[in-house]
Amino acid sequence: MHSFGYRANALLTFAITILAVMCAIASFSDNFNSPSPTSQVQVLNINWFRNKPDGDDEVSMTMNISADLQSLFTWNTKQVFVFLAAEYKTRKNSLNQVSLWDGIIPAKEHAKFYIHTTNKYRFVDQGSNLRERDFNMTLHWHVMPKTGKMFADKIVMTGFRLPQAYR
Amino acid sequence: MGWIGEQIDSVKSMQFRQLFTQAISLGMIVTSALIIWKGLMCITGSESPVVVVLSGSMEPGFKRGDILFLHMSKEPIRAGEIVVFNVDGREIPIVHRVIKVHEREDTGEVDVLTKGDNNFGDDRLLYAQGQMWLQRHHIMGRAVGFLPYVGWVTIIMTEQPLIKYILIGALGLLVITSKE
Repeated sequence: MHSFGYRANALLTFAITILAVMCAIASFSDNFNSPSPTSQVQVLNINWFRNKPDGDDEVSMTMNISADLQSLFTWNTKQVFVFLAAEYKTRKNSLNQVSLWDGIIPAKEHAKFYIHTTNKYRFVDQGSNLRERDFNMTLHWHVMPKTGKMFADKIVMTGFRLPQAYR
Repeated sequence: MGWIGEQIDSVKSMQFRQLFTQAISLGMIVTSALIIWKGLMCITGSESPVVVVLSGSMEPGFKRGDILFLHMSKEPIRAGEIVVFNVDGREIPIVHRVIKVHEREDTGEVDVLTKGDNNFGDDRLLYAQGQMWLQRHHIMGRAVGFLPYVGWVTIIMTEQPLIKYILIGALGLLVITSKE
């Protein structure tokens, strides 16, 4: 009854239970955080804009991205993955989301940033629909916890438009 | 002889009824594990509700040996979500992030492009030859929860089968010989 094996077993079971409960509480405590992030994006220049030989439109642009995501961080946050996507609607597609830039924020100190960049991933349409196309810039973030549930949300910035002609 | 002798004696001294009880309790453990697994499959709607991360392509978010909980709902797939997908001709599913989505107006079908956070380029090189996009049927689920390190148990057991057999043998012996 009181052998070494039983005591070791009881101790291990208890330790794992406590650990699991603590992980669950840590994850649950994230729900009390109500973040208020802000973001601004400017398209400074259309570097080039062309119709590729296979018929798809492609555009390259230079942007200023600034954001303050500090309020997303809690004690259970390992990192925040942030990315900027161009979102638009075409005749064929009810939704197109094209990621233009992304980054990993490892700590709260780096969560307020300003970056001047060209698009990191190619902005290619499915087809030739980008001339004079209105699109939204959406800053998405994905909070990766140390343990537990993951959170994601976004800020939509409207009023962007691509030029009328290829250049 | 000591310990081994004692164990053999305890096996010998058992009554049939006791043996029967222990066989049932062993069966209960196995079936309840199965019930939990199948129940999770029903709740999450995913073929494999829990996956172990095997590669470092999503570091530093997910490391090798971390566990992901999957959920498969009817909701459409959107950029930024971490999905688990199967590529034709590859056995092991891949966990990567969606970076492009094109959703068809008429049929609602989606074309999806993925990329590992830690990889330099997108996943077109990993897809089957000539495949440009993932469709809905490739995707097994999206990651909703995260538990670090626990997956190492399964990684060690698949890579070192000997340890697996020793562990199963020892546990089985424990269940059979325990008197309570």
